[in-house]
Amino acid sequence: MSTETKAPANINLIQALNWALHDAMEADENVIVFGEEVADPEGGGVVKISSGLSTKYGSRVRSTPISEMGFMGAAVGAAVVGMKPVVEIMLMNFVAVCMDQITNHAAKLRFMSGGQTHVPMVIRTMTGSGIQNGGQHSDFLEAWFCHTPGIKVVMPSNPVDGYGLLRSAIDDPDPVLFVEHLKSYFAPGIAPERGSKIPLGKARIHKAGTDVTVIGYSRSMLDIPPVAAKLQAEGISCEVIDLRTVSPLDMETILTSVKKTGRVVVVHEAVKSFGVGAEISARIHEALFKELKAPVQRVASNDSPVPYAPPLEAAFLYSHADIEAAIRRTLA
Amino acid sequence: MNTYQPDSETLVDIYRKMTLIKQSDDRVIGAMKAGRMRMPYYSARGQECIPAAISVLLTDEDYLVTIYRGVHDMLAKGLPAKLLWAELAGKATGSCKGKGGPMHLTYPSKGCMVTTGIVGSSMPIACGLGLASQLRGEKRVTIANFGDGASNIGAFHESLNLAAVWKLPVIFVCQNNQYAEHTSYSKGTSVAKISDRAVSYCIPGLHVDGNDPIAMYSAAKTAIERARSGEGPTLIEAMTFRFNGHLIGDMGEYIPKAEYAAAVAADPYPKYRSWLLETKQASEADLDAIDLAIRAEIDEAEAFAMSSPPPDAIEVKRDVYAYEIA
Ligand SMILES: Cc1ncc(C[n+]2csc(CCOP(=O)(O)OP(=O)(O)O)c2C)c(N)n1
Ligand SMILES: [Mg+2]
Repeated sequence: MSTETKAPANINLIQALNWALHDAMEADENVIVFGEEVADPEGGGVVKISSGLSTKYGSRVRSTPISEMGFMGAAVGAAVVGMKPVVEIMLMNFVAVCMDQITNHAAKLRFMSGGQTHVPMVIRTMTGSGIQNGGQHSDFLEAWFCHTPGIKVVMPSNPVDGYGLLRSAIDDPDPVLFVEHLKSYFAPGIAPERGSKIPLGKARIHKAGTDVTVIGYSRSMLDIPPVAAKLQAEGISCEVIDLRTVSPLDMETILTSVKKTGRVVVVHEAVKSFGVGAEISARIHEALFKELKAPVQRVASNDSPVPYAPPLEAAFLYSHADIEAAIRRTLA
Repeated sequence: MNTYQPDSETLVDIYRKMTLIKQSDDRVIGAMKAGRMRMPYYSARGQECIPAAISVLLTDEDYLVTIYRGVHDMLAKGLPAKLLWAELAGKATGSCKGKGGPMHLTYPSKGCMVTTGIVGSSMPIACGLGLASQLRGEKRVTIANFGDGASNIGAFHESLNLAAVWKLPVIFVCQNNQYAEHTSYSKGTSVAKISDRAVSYCIPGLHVDGNDPIAMYSAAKTAIERARSGEGPTLIEAMTFRFNGHLIGDMGEYIPKAEYAAAVAADPYPKYRSWLLETKQASEADLDAIDLAIRAEIDEAEAFAMSSPPPDAIEVKRDVYAYEIA
């Protein structure tokens, strides 16, 4: 790596992703970045993840008009001829206005062209409830994309993973949706080593354990560890898995763990019905039905739009008590 | 476009609405700064003349669709201040039971049909409201509000074309405050005037000073009469400025200082008040009385919001469908 700066011990996800973009642009001139307000005159991104890029790389970094369908399609086109666009959709809900380019084009062109073309692009976006942003600015919509063959879905929970996964996502020959969580941005973590990439499709054992496998990603990785620590004090040993890549799922890591524990809880912020938890549960039942000691439990948000008022936001999202109760149910 | 001279009563009505919007906005921001309220709040301070001048031409039957920056549109159309404040405070007594918040204000009994947080999405919905009233043979018109940045999204172009082809009774009101978040107008928009885009859809495009009540009133009257008589849609581009940034907390570093200072110097609110007095449309005592009455209305709204109960947790199970979910 050309940018061998001595890393500070603690940084947050915002800085880690900023490093990843800088390093990827430095490493490959085909990497281009665009989206609303991503260039420095417009602030370098809402939370400054693209800060400094336009100043350094000029026209390879562009703030776009508010035209998601237009610039998402432009990313697809540029990717088809070998550029590596990293486009930002300011908040995840806004993917709804450019779904056509993502699901009908980016995800399918490789297949429909019989492998003649492919779409090496990354769509970065952020989301999360709990800050009174209401029904159109808070949703976790990853299941829409997990249900779309041809696109990968990556959802990091900490700076090291954020850096390494974004580097790999940019290198990947296929489209990747990269979902960031608002509350994870500011949580300090260990600084990544610049240049170190983390393979897509590989989960991480956050904490080894023997009694219950607790699977999370993104936001829920802020919530599972404290509950697991609390139960550990009582002698309940949780194995905590951070999926990191949600699609394709790392079934090897999941099944290895479940063979050991026989009990599973899946936790995500997205609403429960027809979600990632359901898919994981189904696959575990298909593979290990006889080895399960309890039905797989899902902890997720209420099946409603995200409400505005704080007490309703609290009722919408799962609580630590919900995670704890689900773990205990598997042990009952 | 004709210039229409509203009578004194109408002019004072416009002042009353502008005052309501301005006072409510000042007080919301005050409550936020004092820590009594917390929300993503998109102030429309500086833009109050636009909905005030339009809404004196509307009835409760007419429809309104607006955006996250739409408190001014809603108040002018008749959303009661109490219900607005309770909604902003996230209370059970709010117009949307505390479920929607500032970005989704709704009050159908005054025609306030939809508030969207998605840029561009007010316009297709306005076409549907217009279609319904056209098919039912009603005389209602629909006002679709949106920003300058929203004119660059596909939905704007599709809606103008659809409304033109179907001759829908819709007035597209682009409130051009010259910024879309931190992006200045010319960085995102290919035309010097958004109203010129009407040409592509063979509909009238009116470019007006949205901070001038008479000009705004005249443009709105022209467009509303055209819509009511079945001749179809109009695009109005109303030039204005937002004084409090994109949302509260935005410090406006991206706005050149001279530009901001000039905009504030041209603040439509004090300017209009002075004009009403100079031209003897109203006396100082008349306007003072309005100011005081509105202060009392906002006092009451704030007290109502603060003393109202929060929504019960069961409400996340209600209104997802017509029935309560498990
Ligand atoms: C489809 C979509 N893209 C992006 C956003 C984020 N966003 C919210 S407001 C805004 C700027 C809109 O500017 P403009 O249309 O001029 O309206 P203004 O806020 O100035 O009133 C942006 C980009 C959004 N809400 N919806
Ligand atoms: Mg604007």
